[in-house]
Amino acid sequence: MSGCRTLESMLRRFGQLAVLLALAGVQVPVAALAAVMLLVSFALGMVFLFPPQVRMVRRLAQLHRRLVGRWTGMAIEPPYLPAPPPPVPQADGMYRSDRTLYKTPRVPAWSERWRWMLTDPATWRDEAWLVLDPLVKVALVPLFLVMPERGMRVYALWADLLLGATAASRLAGQVTHLRRTRTLAADSQAAEMRRIERDLHDGTQARLVAIGMTLGAVEQLVDTDPNAAKALLAKARDASSETLTELRRVIRGIHPPVLAERGLSDAVRALAIDSPLQVTVDVDMPHRPDPPVEAAVYFAVSELLSNAARHGDARTATVDVSANGGALRVTVTDDGLGGADPSKGSGLAGIERRLAAFDGVLALHSPPGGPTTVTMELPRVLPEYWAGEPDLPRWKSALVIALWATAWCPTFPQGLVAGVIKVAGYDGDPSWFLALRLPEPLQWPTILGMTALGVIMHVMAVRIPASHNRDHWVGRLFPGPIC
Amino acid sequence: MNRVLVAEDLYLLRDGLVHLLQAHGFAVVGAVESGPELLKGLLELRPDVSIVDVRLPPTFTDEGLQAALAARKQVPGLPVLVLSQHVEQLYARELLADGSGGIGYLLKDRVFNADQFVDAVRRVAAGGTAMDPEVIAKLLASNARNEPLAALTPRERDVLEAMAEGRSNAAISQRLFLSESAVAKHTASIFAKLGLAPSEDDNRRVLAVLAYLNNR
Repeated sequence: MSGCRTLESMLRRFGQLAVLLALAGVQVPVAALAAVMLLVSFALGMVFLFPPQVRMVRRLAQLHRRLVGRWTGMAIEPPYLPAPPPPVPQADGMYRSDRTLYKTPRVPAWSERWRWMLTDPATWRDEAWLVLDPLVKVALVPLFLVMPERGMRVYALWADLLLGATAASRLAGQVTHLRRTRTLAADSQAAEMRRIERDLHDGTQARLVAIGMTLGAVEQLVDTDPNAAKALLAKARDASSETLTELRRVIRGIHPPVLAERGLSDAVRALAIDSPLQVTVDVDMPHRPDPPVEAAVYFAVSELLSNAARHGDARTATVDVSANGGALRVTVTDDGLGGADPSKGSGLAGIERRLAAFDGVLALHSPPGGPTTVTMELPRVLPEYWAGEPDLPRWKSALVIALWATAWCPTFPQGLVAGVIKVAGYDGDPSWFLALRLPEPLQWPTILGMTALGVIMHVMAVRIPASHNRDHWVGRLFPGPIC
Repeated sequence: MNRVLVAEDLYLLRDGLVHLLQAHGFAVVGAVESGPELLKGLLELRPDVSIVDVRLPPTFTDEGLQAALAARKQVPGLPVLVLSQHVEQLYARELLADGSGGIGYLLKDRVFNADQFVDAVRRVAAGGTAMDPEVIAKLLASNARNEPLAALTPRERDVLEAMAEGRSNAAISQRLFLSESAVAKHTASIFAKLGLAPSEDDNRRVLAVLAYLNNR
């Protein structure tokens, strides 16, 4: 049975090899064409041929990335820098490219793209790959025939070498991602501010004006018609009550008081109590996240619970907030009808926007008939890095102490000092120095060995604690997903 | 004459409360402005009733509520009326959790209506309950899918609301323009529908209703 499977997978690999070789047959003419186009576009100044040439090569490279990814499971990320944004007109409606102004965005857009392709190192890596790849494929054929699995693996490594992402392209991708989330966060904050301004302007402010006017009327009436003044005062009092009610609503939308007073876990419990559903809350968080994170999670849970109560016909729900290393994971499940569609309601999109500011993601699982599960994960928002770094295990600490306590002995007296004494030709009592008591031919090897041993012990004593928390400080240096 | 302790950090409001209470015949034995002072005052002065703001210095979180809860842990049933700019069912539950009565939880703007406010203070001092209508409204809203509650008639629901706020039969009859016997009849019917054991004592009755609503 297993032999059958091996044979099957071997045959599959041979099929893939055939595809690769067929592609090599395509690559050779394409490489020739690409060389001609490149030559013509730069040597003869026909620069308009360069972009189609690059696009052609990229398409072929992308096909290889996809095939290798599918066949070996080794995902090769495209290394290209993000495409330039479309040109933005100036105040006078003209488009600028260097020192020239254009009426339409066509030429500036074209030259931007041209520069983008020309300056992207990935373009030239692709060209190099195109030339070398057919040779590599042919060279790998014997290996493929003997060990198809290994052959495919080697080919994947080769493809990743020239087609994979580089640190620079990853960084560029990350910058684009950050710019996008920053814009989203700034936009949603501005929208929030506008909403608050409108609420205060149309509600609270207008009511306070009305109260002021009522009080003015009372002032005029108080001598002539005390009864009417009294009635107006009662009215003013009611109006101030209503103003307070409204202000409370606005404040709840800005930052819920219970969140300020109690923090996330109790605020979520308060939400659960206020919900008409039977909500079970489970919060397991060693530290409180930052207030903006707490607010984002609070509003997300609030929205999800009210969604469940409104649309899903649910009776019970569970909210689970837990820390997963430095990440905060929130799961909201309800037993409603399911079939929630994020593209229909704006609630889920709003939550996603809110979470995006913290690189948070939302996953919705809502099959028709239920249950609906929403999982939100906010990476690296918990103060784990500066509050609870995992300590060195005891044996490692003991080893480090022992190294520090003993490393001096081989380095200095038995190593360096003995060497100095030997060079200086001192011939006193050598009893302290092991090397000097040994027969002559063994003396230098011993001195050098001792010095090397001491240095190695020092290096280990420094390295063990430093490398222990590597993941943590790397996480601190590069927050956010690498994409 | 009831001895009152006032805890409020805003001078104007504290002063206003003291004057209001004095004008209605209370003896104000202390007016404090922070959580630690409040706890000390509650335990040392043992006031007949205290008016406590939830948010107090030094943390400006729920310092006042925590002090009140801590004091009631040591002196069960110590009457406390908690005032706040916002009401939370969570806090109401915490205050009611020990089941010993003598608890009030009102929005600050209820002070505007002096008579009703003083009535609430007296009720709490006497070991009764004074829950803000807004708390009760939220409580009923979160019980929206409770079937026995849905079976109540609109009139019975009104009576239930007033009862949950902590009012006696006499006060309910005044507010709803019913005879006291009619209120008693409604009450009996409510208790039967909710499956609660009937009780003659007003305070016990209120606590039973609140416990029922909180334990849906």
